Amino acid sequence: MQTRGLYGEIAANRRRSLLLVVALVLLLGAFGAALGTLYGEPSAGLVVAIVVAVVLLLTTWYGGASMTLAASTARPADPERDQTLVNVVHEMAIASGLPVPAVYVIEDTAPNAFATGRDPAHAAIAVTTGLYQKLDRDELQGVIAHELAHVRNYDIRYTTLVAVTVGAIALLADFALRHIWWGGGPRRSRNRDVGGPLILIAILVAVLAPISARLLQAAVSRGRETLADLGGAEMTRYPEALARALLKIEADPEVLEAANRATAPLYIVNPIKAFEKRAAGLLRTHPPTEERVRLLRGLGSPSSGG
Amino acid sequence: MLGLGIGVVLLAFLGLLVLVVGWAILTYNALVTLRNQLQNAWAQIDVQLKRRYDLIPNLVEMVKDYMQYEQEVLTQVTQARANAVSAQGPAEQGRAENVLTGALRQLFAVVENYPELKANENVMKLQEELTGTENRIAFARQFYNDMVMRFNTRLQTFPTNLIAGMLGFTPREFFATDDDAEREPVKVDLR
Repeated sequence: MQTRGLYGEIAANRRRSLLLVVALVLLLGAFGAALGTLYGEPSAGLVVAIVVAVVLLLTTWYGGASMTLAASTARPADPERDQTLVNVVHEMAIASGLPVPAVYVIEDTAPNAFATGRDPAHAAIAVTTGLYQKLDRDELQGVIAHELAHVRNYDIRYTTLVAVTVGAIALLADFALRHIWWGGGPRRSRNRDVGGPLILIAILVAVLAPISARLLQAAVSRGRETLADLGGAEMTRYPEALARALLKIEADPEVLEAANRATAPLYIVNPIKAFEKRAAGLLRTHPPTEERVRLLRGLGSPSSGG
Repeated sequence: MLGLGIGVVLLAFLGLLVLVVGWAILTYNALVTLRNQLQNAWAQIDVQLKRRYDLIPNLVEMVKDYMQYEQEVLTQVTQARANAVSAQGPAEQGRAENVLTGALRQLFAVVENYPELKANENVMKLQEELTGTENRIAFARQFYNDMVMRFNTRLQTFPTNLIAGMLGFTPREFFATDDDAEREPVKVDLR
């Protein structure tokens, strides 16, 4: 795999992620318009799609971070008891120039970590006691750097947007399918040519759109994880430590009790091991660990090939 | 007819002038922002250095009773700290800082030989604080250098380089250490 050096990879990844999000938003708009066309009101369909998305977005925007933290049973870190962790977070905040995020600890022997918060000023990082105990200081630094890179890249805000768009598509699809199934077709249609074939197409779209949206969402998630790996390496200038940490976390057989399917994509390595093993490559929320390690180890000096 | 022609040319000229002035203002603001970030980053280094100065006397106090045969190392640390605190100017301060880091490194290495010290929780906490501080200093310097790179690159690339000198901006120097060993933060892993 040809490496473009650290900064080249970061730029390429950002472009890719932006394209994916644009694709997702277009999909939502097209879907809304298509549904609207079925009922003879294409622009209304588009508007409804956007309204649904905005309502969902506002709901998750302000409550998001605290909901996530509460769901993971995290407690605030204690500067005395968790001295090393707090120090490492401060060090990484200095290296990145970001304000110091709130630090939380999850009492669980499975090693893992996640970041949350809509922007760097409202950010929080949570780390399990398992991670804290099983990694050495350099590896812990690598993991914290990865999480801070998520914060710096506004990933949480970004993935919220994506999740809301996907949710809106799923809602619309559900609504459309029910309406078609029970309603037996468009009622207030002004266009009398609307009939059988169009309904079939509508059903097809209603079924395929949510799936394609989820595929796009998984692709965006993977891209963002890679970007965070690279960003973390940029902060520590020591990618080997993060590579070692990822291998350790992946190899650990413990199950993270606090995680569930909703919060799983936020963690540094997907904690639901059964899901990751069964999931086809395209549905994975994180790139395979071997691939991430290979990328990190192939970086060499961050200033080369820049 | 001629009047109309001159009017159009004048308008075009004014439009161009507005664009150029607008660009100059935006560039100036961007450079000021970058320079302020740079100065902030430099100040951050000082904050971390001061933190180190404050922690060292505590460490020396705590270990000196246990390390009666290592008085020389302790004296070196205390002396190096005093020199660093009183150093004038960035060059002298940089050299004094290097000496202090070397002395601390020696002290940490010596502590390894004293099991009573390693068992003492207070000493270990203080050592972790010092490790954290050394790392913070190193990362503050790294961040400062990152800001210097960003500032200098902006200054030297086209079209900003056309007016940068005129506006009074000059490239900054990177923070460099001569000592190769000093580049790595003092790593103490007692696990």
